[in-house]
Amino acid sequence: MKKNKHFLVGVFGDQDELLHGVEDIRAKGVKIHEVFTPYPVHHLEDALGYKRSRMPVAAFLFGATGTTCAISMQTLMSGVDWPMIIGGKPFISLPDFVPITFEMTVLFAAFGMVGTFMVTQNLKPHKAPRLFDLRGTDDKMIMAIDLAKNNLSEEEISKILKDAHAEEVYRKDFADAKNERNFFKYLQDLFINGVTESGRFPR
Amino acid sequence: MGHSKKFNLDEKFVFSSKFQRAAFITLGLGIVLFVIGVVSISAGGGDSHDEHALTQTVDLLASAQEEGSGEAAHAEEGDAHGGGHHGYHWTTRIKSTLWHNSIFFLGISVIGIFFVALQYGAHAGWSALIKRIPESFGIFVPVAGIVLLITFFWGNHEIFHWTHDYLYDPNSPQYDEIIAGKAPVLNFGFFIGATIIFIAGWYGFYHVMRNHSLAEDNEGGVKRFWKIKTLATVFIIFFAVSSSIASWIWILSIDTHWFSTMFGWYVFASWFVTGLSVITLFVIFLKKAGYLAAVNENHIHDLGKFVFAFSVFWTYIWFSQFLLIYYANIPEETIYFMERLTSDYYSQIFFFNIVINFFFPFLALMTRNAKRKMNILRIVCFVVIIGHWFDFYLMITPGVLKDHGSLGPLEVGTFLIFAGLFLFIVGKRLASAPLIAKNHPMMDESLHHSI
Repeated sequence: MKKNKHFLVGVFGDQDELLHGVEDIRAKGVKIHEVFTPYPVHHLEDALGYKRSRMPVAAFLFGATGTTCAISMQTLMSGVDWPMIIGGKPFISLPDFVPITFEMTVLFAAFGMVGTFMVTQNLKPHKAPRLFDLRGTDDKMIMAIDLAKNNLSEEEISKILKDAHAEEVYRKDFADAKNERNFFKYLQDLFINGVTESGRFPR
Repeated sequence: MGHSKKFNLDEKFVFSSKFQRAAFITLGLGIVLFVIGVVSISAGGGDSHDEHALTQTVDLLASAQEEGSGEAAHAEEGDAHGGGHHGYHWTTRIKSTLWHNSIFFLGISVIGIFFVALQYGAHAGWSALIKRIPESFGIFVPVAGIVLLITFFWGNHEIFHWTHDYLYDPNSPQYDEIIAGKAPVLNFGFFIGATIIFIAGWYGFYHVMRNHSLAEDNEGGVKRFWKIKTLATVFIIFFAVSSSIASWIWILSIDTHWFSTMFGWYVFASWFVTGLSVITLFVIFLKKAGYLAAVNENHIHDLGKFVFAFSVFWTYIWFSQFLLIYYANIPEETIYFMERLTSDYYSQIFFFNIVINFFFPFLALMTRNAKRKMNILRIVCFVVIIGHWFDFYLMITPGVLKDHGSLGPLEVGTFLIFAGLFLFIVGKRLASAPLIAKNHPMMDESLHHSI
């Protein structure tokens, strides 16, 4: 059912070389799977041709939901269900509702955005990330190219990467059956072994 | 990123006759409206209904509703004159509006200095390109300050209840224990001393920082930068204290019995968002006029974020002050909002104030694009300036004029006079030095600013 994945990994040592490399490589028609950098590199998203995230729209909609929920909740509670006189104010006194409305707007927006992010980025609890090269968290920039999604041969792409000043180019395969484990097996593993490096990051 | 264009950093703003004319037209229109306003209100105290009708037609901003209440107030006034009603004379309205506008424009100009100081204090590089624009606002501090002092000498009894001696005399029938308890702060010596120290202090810091900045243009290096940074840090501390005390004695003491611990922040927030809007408008205007080629939409975006953020900040402060007083419901505190909410006239401005200063900029500047597009930002900034003018109107007028408060050619004219003077004096100042501080150590960062 699940196929093994074959990647070509290019290791870059300099952010400017990476940025120009990304532009050159894309100009030659190679599709880049992902680039991993130890720190945010300005303009990398532009160079990779990523579209702007629509997360702000989601945030607004979640926030508006929170506002609506908060106002209707308080109106129903203190206006309809259990009216109580507090400080001589009307049952439905909007100024008093504002702090809670604000908090719920922020809460809905924050949780909604985290949820949206996890769903769109496929971050499941038991998901083991594909780690291409651990140096990507240290001092190198790692570019991954999915061989199945490119028409060019491995040698050709390898040459393009080398031309773009990649310090190192090598092939990496992932056995996805092992990578995409069943959630219950993950829980079982968690109970038995705890969170170990081998448990989290099968390589 | 390496591949940047070359920009001309030596450009100078030319305060051409076209711009001067715009400033003078604003000023002239202001003077005309001011004179119309003075004539109409000085005649309005008489009995002639024709004249009253005339002022009504001239009064561009008066709503139909106001006409009814104006008629009522007019009748009341006649009674009051017979009964020897204390305190209101038509000149009080001029004093009130002069006080309101001089504080408003003093705030805008001192925020120019504060903004520059803030950039140095925070080591912000992005603003190096536009720093000369807020810097030039400082020149208006003494102008507005002098008008403020003159207005105080002219109208202290009408504007400030606490200036009457009999309040402090235990033998007087009008002796006021609460106000007498505030005597260490509410006295002429402290008021005038503090006002002069604050205005002179703000101007002094501005003057020294500006000179260092101009010297940096010729010398280069980082020596001047560090000197300005030290000065800026001291200025921020001085401004934090002085702006709070200034807001207490200049504005809070109008409602002498009332007090609010939020008031210093409230006035600062209102000043700051207005100042930021004026800075943004100046940058957009100069950019549209062909200057500041190196300023790109990223700089505009940052200014837009400032306006957006501080509109919300103002709302937060405004609401925090309101909610605590509303909820605690203590009469000595609620009087401030009672004055504004129970009056048909002020309550309209009260709600208008929230809509124009919170909902409008909040919704209009919410998207990223709105903050990056000069045309949208320009409209929002303009509206925010008008909105905060009303905010200051609402702080000052109800306390001074009570139910005689109104909005007519007089108020609009005074605003335009100040605006015209501000444009003229700041424009001249802007033209007197290079538009870009080309040897600012962080200029390169500002040129490559991108977010």
